[in-house]
Amino acid sequence: MNIFGYRIPMMASLLVWAVLWEIVGRLDLIFLIPPMTSIIETGVHLVQTSSWQKASIITLRSFGIGMSLAIGVGVPLGILMGRFKAVDNIMGLWVNMFVSAPLSALVPVLMILFGLGETTVVVTVFLFAVWIIVLDARAGVMQVPTSLLEMGRSYGANGWVLFTKIILLSALPEILAGIRIGLIRGVKGVVIGQILVSIIGYGELFELFSRSFEMESFWALTLILFVVAMLLSAFVETFEKRIEYYAGAR
Amino acid sequence: MQLSAIPAVQPSAPVTSNDPVVQVRSICKTYGDIEALRNIDLEFSRGKLTTLLGPSGCGKTTLLKIIAGLVPANSGEIRVNGRAVTGPGPERAFVFQDFALMPWATVMRNVAFGLELRGVNAAERKRVATRYIEEVGLAGFEEKYPHELSGGMRQRVGIARAFAVNADVLLLDEPFSAVDEQNRRKFQEDLLRLVDLEKKTFIFVTHSIEEAVYVSDRIVLLSPRPGRISQVIDPKIDRSASPDDIRRDPGYLDTVEEIWDGLRHYVD
Repeated sequence: MNIFGYRIPMMASLLVWAVLWEIVGRLDLIFLIPPMTSIIETGVHLVQTSSWQKASIITLRSFGIGMSLAIGVGVPLGILMGRFKAVDNIMGLWVNMFVSAPLSALVPVLMILFGLGETTVVVTVFLFAVWIIVLDARAGVMQVPTSLLEMGRSYGANGWVLFTKIILLSALPEILAGIRIGLIRGVKGVVIGQILVSIIGYGELFELFSRSFEMESFWALTLILFVVAMLLSAFVETFEKRIEYYAGAR
Repeated sequence: MQLSAIPAVQPSAPVTSNDPVVQVRSICKTYGDIEALRNIDLEFSRGKLTTLLGPSGCGKTTLLKIIAGLVPANSGEIRVNGRAVTGPGPERAFVFQDFALMPWATVMRNVAFGLELRGVNAAERKRVATRYIEEVGLAGFEEKYPHELSGGMRQRVGIARAFAVNADVLLLDEPFSAVDEQNRRKFQEDLLRLVDLEKKTFIFVTHSIEEAVYVSDRIVLLSPRPGRISQVIDPKIDRSASPDDIRRDPGYLDTVEEIWDGLRHYVD
């Protein structure tokens, strides 16, 4: 962005909002919005407490397990749906239903099924992330150009070789896009899961902070989550950019 | 010295027009209710460039893909080197209208892909691919990716890939239709040079009459819906002349006119 001929860095707008927040906070209008500086200060203290560190480890673990399951199940399922009409017919309706369903409403049911613990959170992460991964992998496999498949066959590729050398690589950009969106949904899943279960990880901390009106800690934790989600997304995006570079001809 | 060593000196297959490398026998093809090809009988001579020419919808690409083994025929038979074939095989190589290059692979890997699938070792692949990349005029572009090349250069990669597998028959499906006009002329001239250099059998599909007459030893005219053979023309053109002289040759112009007369009533 350019203003009066000066190049403004991308993150500059965040700075403007932070200053605005600081002013509103200093004016002491509502207790919900403490000054930005004291939020950051609290955040620095927060990350040094053992309760935050324990909560983070639990959260990361739930997220990691849930995401691994979502990718491990979602990508193969999507590929199968893209390749085989029968699988697509059996699973298509369910996947499309779940991808747009308000999954938060299901979490209480999950609590009954899996108990008030980490398992419920893992399942929540899985359910939030898996469907979009399935749909994108399916789309990627279905979009492999016919001529590329014919090319493979005419030069002697068949079955597994055709799949690994042509179909999988051709579908890679879509598969990665699905995983990136899945990761972001997974972050939502882990937070919503923990908040609803409310006795583990960040859910417990959020519950504690908001009940005792510790708004600085509440906002600090929120900021940390935002930053982590954005970094995750940016990380996968750099991967995608490299892949898209090779896929540029399509 | 034994006498049996002598035949090895002679060419394994005599290069005469009576030696069909590809035989098409009463091929029929329907797509649902649409009859695409009806009873096609054709023979393609070794070492010649034969063009399948016709208006769109005449089934010329379908016929080429049936010969390639990519599309199954409803009835009839394709014989290559005297053997009936039902699928793709190493004695045929295909050049695609939309190039069909792997966007994630370099020019080198794309050209060597046929060899890679045949299990040829990396050093040999590189040697062969380098030779054909040079032959089609892409030396220096070995490590580029397809999206870094122009349309014309991409099709050169497709042609080099087809040459690299050393097939007897090259099947070209409107290879220059996605290439701009200036490049197309250059391509046609290069194709004639490669035909001369490689001594292979070419089956070429196009909808351009001028292109067909310019490059072909024989032109097979197909009529549309259902596709049938309407005419076979052998242009009598002196190919040793320069490209510009060929395009001004009365024989060339007469043949273009003759084909146009044959096709005119399909367009109306």
